[in-house]
Amino acid sequence: MTITEATPPHHSTSPFPKVREKMGRRFAYGFLILSIAPILVGYSWLVIATFSIRTEGLLPRNAEGGIGGFTLSNWAFITDDAVWNAMLNSFLIAVTMVIGVGVASTAGGYALSRMKFAGRKVFLTGTLVLHAFKAEMLLIAIFFVLRWLGGIPLIGGFIGFNSVGGVALVMIALELPLGIWLMKGFFDNLPWDMERAALIDGASRFRVWWQIMLPQVRPGLAALSLFTFISGWNAYLVPFTFTVGTRVANMPVFLSQLISDTAPTNWNLVAAVGMFQMIPLIIFFIFTQELLLNIYAGGSKGT
Amino acid sequence: MRVELDNLSKAWDGVVGADRITLEVADGEMVAFLGPSGCGKTTTLLMVAGIYRPTGGTISFDGRVVNEVAPKDRGIGMVFQSYALYPHMTVFGNISYPLRLKRLEKGEIRKRVEQVADMMGIGDLLDRRIAQLSGGQQQRVSLGRALVKEPQLLLFDEPLSNLDARLRLAMRGEIKRLQNDLGITSIYVTHDQVEAMTMADKIAVMSKGVLQAYDIPEALYDRPKTLFVAGFVGNPPMNFFDVEVMLLGGEFHAKNESLDLIVPDDRAAKAAAKEGRVVMGVRPEDVDVADDSSPRVEGLTLSAKVEVVEPLGREDLLGVVVGGVNVRLLVDKTKRAKPGDLVDLVFNMDNVQFFDPETEESLLWA
Ligand SMILES: Nc1ncnc2c1ncn2[C@@H]1O[C@H](COP(=O)(O)OP(=O)(O)OP(=O)(O)O)[C@@H](O)[C@H]1O
Ligand SMILES: [Mg+2]
Repeated sequence: MTITEATPPHHSTSPFPKVREKMGRRFAYGFLILSIAPILVGYSWLVIATFSIRTEGLLPRNAEGGIGGFTLSNWAFITDDAVWNAMLNSFLIAVTMVIGVGVASTAGGYALSRMKFAGRKVFLTGTLVLHAFKAEMLLIAIFFVLRWLGGIPLIGGFIGFNSVGGVALVMIALELPLGIWLMKGFFDNLPWDMERAALIDGASRFRVWWQIMLPQVRPGLAALSLFTFISGWNAYLVPFTFTVGTRVANMPVFLSQLISDTAPTNWNLVAAVGMFQMIPLIIFFIFTQELLLNIYAGGSKGT
Repeated sequence: MRVELDNLSKAWDGVVGADRITLEVADGEMVAFLGPSGCGKTTTLLMVAGIYRPTGGTISFDGRVVNEVAPKDRGIGMVFQSYALYPHMTVFGNISYPLRLKRLEKGEIRKRVEQVADMMGIGDLLDRRIAQLSGGQQQRVSLGRALVKEPQLLLFDEPLSNLDARLRLAMRGEIKRLQNDLGITSIYVTHDQVEAMTMADKIAVMSKGVLQAYDIPEALYDRPKTLFVAGFVGNPPMNFFDVEVMLLGGEFHAKNESLDLIVPDDRAAKAAAKEGRVVMGVRPEDVDVADDSSPRVEGLTLSAKVEVVEPLGREDLLGVVVGGVNVRLLVDKTKRAKPGDLVDLVFNMDNVQFFDPETEESLLWA
């Protein structure tokens, strides 16, 4: 030890803390990898299967049973108009839902948060109760409603049974209780003073909502839009129940039509179509990752 | 603009916010609403602004009842404690918002916003976002936004209470000067009596939704009409004693078990007219600690033990106990009082107040 030893104790060069830190990190990574392993394996299989004739476990096999047999034939469906039609329908359903749920939830959430009107309490508890009903329980009743809607002249064809609009309408209705409550929560957290200031500044109530309050709940609206888009994109039960044939089938329904009860199913084709359905979502996630993290962290950063 | 409130009331099923407030604000005057938290200051102000609908009474501007007039048509500007700025707009966006709603022409808007911003000393901040401003700057923006539409009436709801003490002092002077220069009728809500005393032409003291007193600051201080006003206006607050006032040997005495003080005739006569005990009020600055040189006048001196000493810089605030009652007094710090000291208190009875213990009204200024 010399007198030039001047390293403060917290800059200790002792190797032990570092080792411990390293081990801790390894343990953490190990745990994380282990817990997501089933998902990783699942997705790996999906990717491998789409490019193989057949698979055994995660291993692709060729006709002789050896490793190999890669092919692009599973992706041949891409040239089929039906799949693009299904993709378009999925997209239309999801986008219509985002718009419908967004408009109704922000307007309804604001009214429930800020205004006094007869039946407000009943409405609030009512929507909560409705949310508890699973879509399955309502299918038959909805069928009659859609058939009736289909009978309306002019617009009936767009919102009735076996139409993209009809499916979107039902999905919007099922999504609204959550949406309205979510947006009400966001509006509840906004200060009254800002709204009062705008009223005094000369804004109408509608303008206050549109120009002053809505910009403050953008993170909430973004989150809601995202959830709604995903739930619309992946919708299966409602479109499956209320559409017939391939014209208005969306991707999940199209996928299910590949799985036949009578003929042998080509699982590698099913995997490829499933993969195809996921691609837009994956791209979407890559671009909105940061926004998503912000929303989940409860921050209103970026407003 | 002349503002009249006539029996103005607001209640939410059972909860009383404001109870029959009646007062008049003359054109160009600045009036402060002063009172403890929850007394109804904000409620009353928001009714004047048109945000709350009164449940009783009327509000008139220049003699015209405006109860049913929308906030935007009342010609008012308002400044909030929370500033209530629009966080998604720039400073320019905030200040120009009222003008944009009026659909003024672009060049005109820019001219007026810049003029107001320069007046508020924030001319170089116009492109900033609200989150990039300090609290003081935000309050200037908020003031600018209220002023830019050239309102007939300015409403302030505790605009300075989120600022630090030094800034508060500076802004206090600035707002007062601005209000004076522009001559805009103003109502200023505060629970800080120094703010009220220094800025306002008249002060409305409120308690539990009721208007307790409405007068010029000096009158509230020197001639409080109720026990509440006497106790609320003035810092540190007035000391109160239960005494009986009687004529003994040609002089009036205020007496109880632990004190006996001679009271000037004019004030005492009114107190003595009341049977039984009365409440006597003496301000902290009217009690002093005697030192060796000061004369101990019989009937104005009292000995007591010092309990607490709070140095305020220029003066010391002493807490002493007289007959079981805590008494606060302001003394020069050269007296060097310490806790535990036995001191002689000298009373100046020229400003003494007397109140009826039942009605809590003044016996002197009723
Ligand atoms: N929207 C409301 N609904 C029900 N009660 C209310 C409402 N607003 C205010 N009150 C009640 O009215 C009374 C007066 O409130 P107000 O906000 O006017 O007080 P204040 O004098 O401004 O107090 P502070 O100094 O704390 O701001 C309080 O008892 C309060 O609880
Ligand atoms: Mg208030």
